[in-house]
Amino acid sequence: MSGGPQIALLPDGRRLHLHHGPIDLIVEAFGAKSEIEAAYSQAARRFDGLLQRLVDELDLLRMPIHELSTEIVGPVARRMTAAVRPHASVFVTPMAAVAGAVADTVVAAMIDGRDLRRAYVNNGGDIALHLTDGESFTAGLVLEIDAPAIEGTATIPYLSSIRGIATSGWQGHSLSLGIADSVTVLAHTAAQADVAATLIANAVDVNHPAIHRAPANAIELDNDLDDRLVTVDVRELDGLSIATALHRGETVANAMWAKGLIVSAALKLQGKTRTFGFDALLGHQKVA
Amino acid sequence: MPNNPTAHTKIDTTDIDNSSANIGGMKEGVITCDACPVLCRIRPGQTGACDRYGNMGGILTRMDPMAVMRKVTDDSGKTVPFADDGAWDGTVLRPADTFITGIGSGTTYPDYKPAPFIVASKHRDVDMVTVVSEGIFSYCGLKAKIDTDRYIGPETAAVRCDGEQVGHVTTAEYGSQMLALGGVRHLTGGSKKEGTVTCRMMLNLCNGESVEFTIDGGATLTLQAGKPPIIDDLKEERMRVGCGSATIGIFAKQWHGHADEVIVVDDHITGVLSEHQAGRFLGMEPAGMRVRGRRSTPGRYFQVAEPGNGWGGTDVTDPLEIIDRIDAKKAQPGMRLFMVSTTGEDAAYFVLNDDLKPEPADMPEHLAMVVDRIGENCEPALTSILFMAGAGGSLRAGVTENPVRLTHSVHQSLTQVTCGGAPVFIWPGGGITIMVDVTRLPANGFGYVPTPAIVAPIEFTLRQDDYAALGGHTDSIRQLEDIDADRLRQESWPSDTRWPYSDHPNEGSNP
Repeated sequence: MSGGPQIALLPDGRRLHLHHGPIDLIVEAFGAKSEIEAAYSQAARRFDGLLQRLVDELDLLRMPIHELSTEIVGPVARRMTAAVRPHASVFVTPMAAVAGAVADTVVAAMIDGRDLRRAYVNNGGDIALHLTDGESFTAGLVLEIDAPAIEGTATIPYLSSIRGIATSGWQGHSLSLGIADSVTVLAHTAAQADVAATLIANAVDVNHPAIHRAPANAIELDNDLDDRLVTVDVRELDGLSIATALHRGETVANAMWAKGLIVSAALKLQGKTRTFGFDALLGHQKVA
Repeated sequence: MPNNPTAHTKIDTTDIDNSSANIGGMKEGVITCDACPVLCRIRPGQTGACDRYGNMGGILTRMDPMAVMRKVTDDSGKTVPFADDGAWDGTVLRPADTFITGIGSGTTYPDYKPAPFIVASKHRDVDMVTVVSEGIFSYCGLKAKIDTDRYIGPETAAVRCDGEQVGHVTTAEYGSQMLALGGVRHLTGGSKKEGTVTCRMMLNLCNGESVEFTIDGGATLTLQAGKPPIIDDLKEERMRVGCGSATIGIFAKQWHGHADEVIVVDDHITGVLSEHQAGRFLGMEPAGMRVRGRRSTPGRYFQVAEPGNGWGGTDVTDPLEIIDRIDAKKAQPGMRLFMVSTTGEDAAYFVLNDDLKPEPADMPEHLAMVVDRIGENCEPALTSILFMAGAGGSLRAGVTENPVRLTHSVHQSLTQVTCGGAPVFIWPGGGITIMVDVTRLPANGFGYVPTPAIVAPIEFTLRQDDYAALGGHTDSIRQLEDIDADRLRQESWPSDTRWPYSDHPNEGSNP
């Protein structure tokens, strides 16, 4: 028996919880009660069948984007490929944007025709936002996935172009080629943020005996990373190695910023942090 | 990690008894998870894409923490600090206020292996043992009590989900309609789809989700434990105060002197005050208004109308329809007729004109007040779901090498049985057949296996010396303090549930 989606209000009565298999969304809308209720029912309707449509094209979505020539038809899958395609010069599959694309899809469905002040869809840390004039969204940044604590807040105003937040790291939900404890990216969409965070986290890397790696398919079968080495453990690194790894990540992030693919990024590795784009955008907000 | 609201453990045994279903075939020990459409193939010791299901020794396992429940008040009644987010706060388990539940404990296969957790703790200087397991129940069903007098369908009619029969309408009870749902014949005796739909329906109802049903020749129902039933898109707000006769029995004196006749409209028994024993006792004379239907005893009428969504669960929307004739020898012009339904939701007041025809009139304030009082006395209509299962089978082998002694011990009240900490009703007679109110378990206490069958937590608690005497797996007893706290989630013990470690097992524990 394959379980269907679970759709329920959380015990606080304000937030909607949508869960199906690996997708776990926390949804919240702000506005008039009737508008929120309508928005939640739109979100729930959109969520129904969403996973199945992704699964229908899963084999294609696990292919490197530069090898993908078949037309993708699923609406979430199309958001994934659109977000990933600008990064086609490196190895990346549409799956790198799946969490963000799901969040973008659900937020788009819930605001359609509704009058909401703001809303968000949080898909396990990859967040899609909706803001209206005068509204802002304050996100707490958790830079160590292993020991979650709010280390800084970023306030995203209506006037910024940011509507997506994503975090990636080797200890997180997905496998990583790099060693970053976390990379948090702010971008125009959650799908764009998702793929960028994944690729920047992959780039935060250095060769060091303290890093233990294993082929991805030895850990998760059917993974889009195939037999590429993924990080399994990172013990204590020396300062130079940390700086080198962060620099490599920062270089990749800068290139993405230059192409307009991301707005801000925060990279963290063993207590050291590099951020850019936050100060310029958020002024007084201090990150980490 | 995404938040993790669920907490049951699923054990998939299909790779053992149906090897083609779940062994990947080409890769040794790989199993395919069928918990969602992704169908992850999972290597031994790894989890699927959701991080919720893992391959533990070839068995698909729900990777959820085991639930322990802690008393939130100390002996003086003061509240003990408690992490209300359900996360383990890292403190060492204190035997005196901790009860370990079967939720998330997993089970063992084959059954004769000791249950996953046999835990000793000391309560009031007596060494207690709790044998904790998650039972896989093929023989299990649900009894749904639906507080309504509305007609939901004929007795024994098929109850369906997604077109599959998953149960039937059973004996109506006072103020409530009853369904028997699930059961072994629908789970495993019919088509694969019937079994799957039945299993999902039971799991959802047990875990507090809403489920939609259709009844052959009857209504469409949406049921959710602890919530008002929705019948043909109408939410049932309240139970009737009683049948029409009972309503007269309660309110006759309050109506006396304010009307010459009161007719209480009800689908089951419609009451006519002046003919009813209560009216005669108050000295009322029969008013000569003969209602339709079949007279049972004086002032009590069956079948005055068809069942429906009108007055008192009948199909009546104009109450005068049920008056068959007015006897000119007894009735007089100016007589006051008051009609009301058994929930107080409908009421009307008439005065007979010179042709003895009832004419609508303004309802006197006193009668309106009594109508409100009928409403006030109607309790909220709810759906209650009892889970019923037989724990008297091979599951007992995980507790003792001599299973019948466990059965005897339970029936002698030496062993207390709980379901996720919740008290159970134990049926008399053979076996250990339990019933439990699903709303008294911690959230998501139930799981399933694709067999299909329902997984429910079950705990047997007894004195350590009694446990040894019944042939228990005493070598497998672990001290409560030694349980790996990393895999635990904690729940607060509900204040209205009896603490299992007390002196009188099973006594007064029935819901």
